[in-house]
Amino acid sequence: MKIVVCVKQVPDSAAKVVVEDGQVTWGDAPLVINPWDEYAVEAALLQGEAQGGDVIALTMGDEGAKDALKHALAMGCNEAVLVTDPALAGADSQAVAKVLAAAIQKIGDVDVTFFGKQAIDGDMGVTAAQTARSLGWPMLSLTSAIESLDPGAGTVRVSRSTEEGQQVVDSKLPAVVSVGKDFAEPRYPSFMGIRKASRANIPDWSLADLAIAAPTSAVEWPEINNPPAREILTEQITGDSPQEIAEKLADKILAEKVL
Amino acid sequence: MDFALNDEQRMVQQMVRDFAQKEVAPVIKEYDRKQDMAPFILPRMAELGILGICIPVRYGGQGMDYISLGLACEELEAVDSTLRVVMSVHMGLSSMGLLQWATEEQTGRLLAPQARGEKVSSFGLTEPGVGSDVAAMTSTARRDGDVYVLNGEKMWISLATKAHTSLVVARTNPEAPKPHEGLSAFLVELDSPGVTTGDIHGKLGVRAGSTGWIAFQDARVPVENRIGEEGEGFKIAMSCLDNGRYTVAAGATGLIRASMEASIRYAKERKTFGREIGKHQLVQQKIAYMVQAYEAARLLYLRAGWMKNEGRRNTRETSLAKWFATDASFEAAVEAVQVHGAYGYSDEYDVERYLRNAKGAIIYEGTSEIHQLMQAGYALGYRDDGPLRKELPAYDPELWQD
Repeated sequence: MKIVVCVKQVPDSAAKVVVEDGQVTWGDAPLVINPWDEYAVEAALLQGEAQGGDVIALTMGDEGAKDALKHALAMGCNEAVLVTDPALAGADSQAVAKVLAAAIQKIGDVDVTFFGKQAIDGDMGVTAAQTARSLGWPMLSLTSAIESLDPGAGTVRVSRSTEEGQQVVDSKLPAVVSVGKDFAEPRYPSFMGIRKASRANIPDWSLADLAIAAPTSAVEWPEINNPPAREILTEQITGDSPQEIAEKLADKILAEKVL
Repeated sequence: MDFALNDEQRMVQQMVRDFAQKEVAPVIKEYDRKQDMAPFILPRMAELGILGICIPVRYGGQGMDYISLGLACEELEAVDSTLRVVMSVHMGLSSMGLLQWATEEQTGRLLAPQARGEKVSSFGLTEPGVGSDVAAMTSTARRDGDVYVLNGEKMWISLATKAHTSLVVARTNPEAPKPHEGLSAFLVELDSPGVTTGDIHGKLGVRAGSTGWIAFQDARVPVENRIGEEGEGFKIAMSCLDNGRYTVAAGATGLIRASMEASIRYAKERKTFGREIGKHQLVQQKIAYMVQAYEAARLLYLRAGWMKNEGRRNTRETSLAKWFATDASFEAAVEAVQVHGAYGYSDEYDVERYLRNAKGAIIYEGTSEIHQLMQAGYALGYRDDGPLRKELPAYDPELWQD
């Protein structure tokens, strides 16, 4: 069985992301693996362990994106691949999806590809679905559990967590699966994994290696602005007793229609 | 000269940081108040391999270098000193002592279970009446056939009631012309008959850790658990301190960082006189000193770690790093409380815990006064480090990870 997990390098969630001169910047904050993708790596590893298959981490980006792949390797992935090409600068999610789909096809014989539900930088949450479409595979989004997976029969049964409740979905393989926080807590990298990752020779695949032209981006960002600054007023509620303070607070909350 | 950490070191740093921040930080105040050690900490550190971080893989460890050990200690103490204390005693003082001094047979039998985290170890040197003056210790180990019979008491022992073993130094030759030449070292199983342990409560700091006493009353220790030769106990203890002090230095650096980061965060939130307090120059001065202390302490411990990796004797450099970092961590915590004002005086914020925790490291593993004497001794040419019969092995990635 062969499993691919797609990951992305993003600014740390603690970074202060702002717009300066029309460009998004996060200063010198570190870049990390997208936190949602850690859940996807965990899901992929659990399936790899259960089925005895290989897990290959895949990303698109510049050389620095290899850090995200090394994190995935340190968690336990068997291999990693970076797709990098100057022509991919500024690619939108659809273009990224086409490139990832081409890489998944080049890897070959992939049974299932995992994604995190979204990336915390763009927060689009569509790359998994767009990759599934490019591949022509079923898309199983918001997956909270793999109930069963049979590579021989080419079938998978998953649970999906939606706002309306839990769904059980049967699908054919190969498929794209995106996961959220309720799948399983991601493991820490192991020391053995760290050693392997630090010595890993991660191949760079160009668009030429994938035998595709640079996909055209359909989306542009002509203008990016910081959210307008909000004026926040702080009011301290006082009283002679806790009960009086609580009553005043309750009246205030009701008057402001917070409740 | 390369100041950059390698990929391996950065990933170790991140992994340990994630563990400490995600699993310990949310509950540490609760255990500090209870003066109890969170029960999950030792098993979890064992499971993650942290308890064997810089021991070669063939001895059951994880095969990382000594700089990775320092980085781990910095991350652990940035959350709470008690986490780093575990590394100081289990790894720095005991396991690295075994790595340096144990025979090949002993490394397999005694070191490997510690490196795998199956057994947690402590270090029995200090006594109720003996701290800095190690050679004056009164605990005895009398040879009786193929065992040594231990009597005496060890005090202020970290993990006394949690550890399975202790690297204990006791007097084997009361007639030795020089008292320090009459000491020997033993790895003692703490569940042996004649060994009792207890915790000390009411400490100023490291309240979420275990600190206690170990008493020996005719406790019989097999000869094959003697570490080194008879009479080498003092040298073994001092070389163990070279490693323990390294972890203390790195940890204190983490405590400076924690004080600095908390102060920066608060200085941007809190407003007085119509502006955030970070805009006030005297607050800026405090933060500037914390930055200075952090950077200097970090460079000092990383240099000591690099020397360990290279297999160079580092008693002087480690002592300097420990002295500077622990004094500076106390100063940083004092000023962090000051930056937080009255709120810093309560345990609503972490900085009061940093302050209480910082004081201990100025006393244990060589008081600041002892380190000042050592540094003056080196500078004046009164002190020199002669070669040891066995040195801490240099880090060799191939050999370590084989």
